[in-house]
Amino acid sequence: MDLETLKEIRITGLKVNYYYICKRKLWLFSKNLNFEKNNDKIILGQILHENYYKSEKERDILIQELISIDIVDDDYIREVKSSDKMEKADTMQVVYYLYVLKQLGIEKVGLINYPKQKKKKEVYLTKQLEQELLESLKDIEKIINQPNPPKLEKLPYCKKCSYFEFCFA
Amino acid sequence: MSRRYYINNSGRLKRKENTIFFEISEKERKIIPINDIDSIYIFGEVDLNTKVLNYLAQNDIPVHIFNYYGYYSGSFLPKKKNVSGILLVSQVSHYTDYSKRLYLAKSFIEGGVYHILRNLKTNQAEEEVEKINEFLKQLPDANTIEEVMAVEGNIRNIYYQAFNKIIKNQDFKIDKREYNPPTNPINALISFGNSVLYSVILSEIYKTHLEPTISYLHEPSERRFSLSLDISEIFKPLIVDTVIFNLLNYETINLSHFNQDLNFSYLNDEGRKIFLKYLEDKLETTIKHKTLQRNVSYRTLIRLECYKLIKHLLDEEDYKPLKAWW
Repeated sequence: MDLETLKEIRITGLKVNYYYICKRKLWLFSKNLNFEKNNDKIILGQILHENYYKSEKERDILIQELISIDIVDDDYIREVKSSDKMEKADTMQVVYYLYVLKQLGIEKVGLINYPKQKKKKEVYLTKQLEQELLESLKDIEKIINQPNPPKLEKLPYCKKCSYFEFCFA
Repeated sequence: MSRRYYINNSGRLKRKENTIFFEISEKERKIIPINDIDSIYIFGEVDLNTKVLNYLAQNDIPVHIFNYYGYYSGSFLPKKKNVSGILLVSQVSHYTDYSKRLYLAKSFIEGGVYHILRNLKTNQAEEEVEKINEFLKQLPDANTIEEVMAVEGNIRNIYYQAFNKIIKNQDFKIDKREYNPPTNPINALISFGNSVLYSVILSEIYKTHLEPTISYLHEPSERRFSLSLDISEIFKPLIVDTVIFNLLNYETINLSHFNQDLNFSYLNDEGRKIFLKYLEDKLETTIKHKTLQRNVSYRTLIRLECYKLIKHLLDEEDYKPLKAWW
């Protein structure tokens, strides 16, 4: 998918992340029905985001008004996450960033920081991951264009989600 | 966990760097951490400036203001950040489609009457329960909002008559429900409790994506935030009325807590403080939720009701009003 299409459907990094967590969450979020504000975990995540890596100069870099990269340094584009429980989703989010940058003629390596777990993970835009991402992007477009939210599906991590009360009330 | 702050004193509300404080006098000030505030209710004579309002707005904190008699005057509502176009469109379409509107209007009454009956049953008012059940049979057949309102009106008349049985303290009697201004203490308590609940519900609606001016049972033109009135039908008997019964039956509130002017009646400062304390305790009481499998407060139940309404409006799941199961 080219950059113009991505901008048109407004596929942000978070939407790619949510796609891998829950398609219903993706749909609701894409319709501005977001529930993150009422959730303590999310608030903690924001505080973490604001307070870690304060000395880094290039923080929250907005590219093409589409993606926002947490940190850019000489070697990496970096994404900071408070929990390593959703590694696949986090990885694909960074793969998406790398893909957008590639379309702009920029080649970078991704790095996910899990400061609370003292863990980090390098992410490369391999042929295989790029292929996987492209299929997901098509699927994301399809989901966002649905008139109704995807049916509720109980997942093992529903209880920790900020949409839990909405979905199960 | 943030809380509601009720200000009964006179003083000045100020922002000092990144915190809020309430200055009662030069020497006496109370610090309120910003993250601890859910909303502010002002009953006293309070000065505040744009600096504090801007800061409260930044933190999504509404301020509800009540006049000298405890009547709701209005709210300062921060710019709404939770806005969803798709939901607004469906909220409107459920109003303009009369059968859809009727479904929701009936649902609110159904929830409210369920709690009315619950109150009557716990207080052994069998006779009234029977009479109300008769009227309730007419609800499914009502074809207009006016008919729904009429059924509700009849039920309420019987319900308020039963207050004289439920309330054991002989100093308190009610002939009929009277609105502003109430002429007797029970009416004063009901009016005061309902108007506080109304703003509590408004605060909860504000946390969701619902548009508070679009309503179904009440006409949207009737009052500014009429969705709050719709939802309050369910919660008035469940929250406000039970607080009133307890306060009067245990004589926590007595006639000395009222000011009686020529021919109307209202709570004095002391009475208002007691009432607010008990109302607040009630709102924070928790119940184990059936599907969530976690403890939720009455206040959270109000927000969950908003969520259920959103799901109904998105054509996901038919709205079924809360019916207290505990």
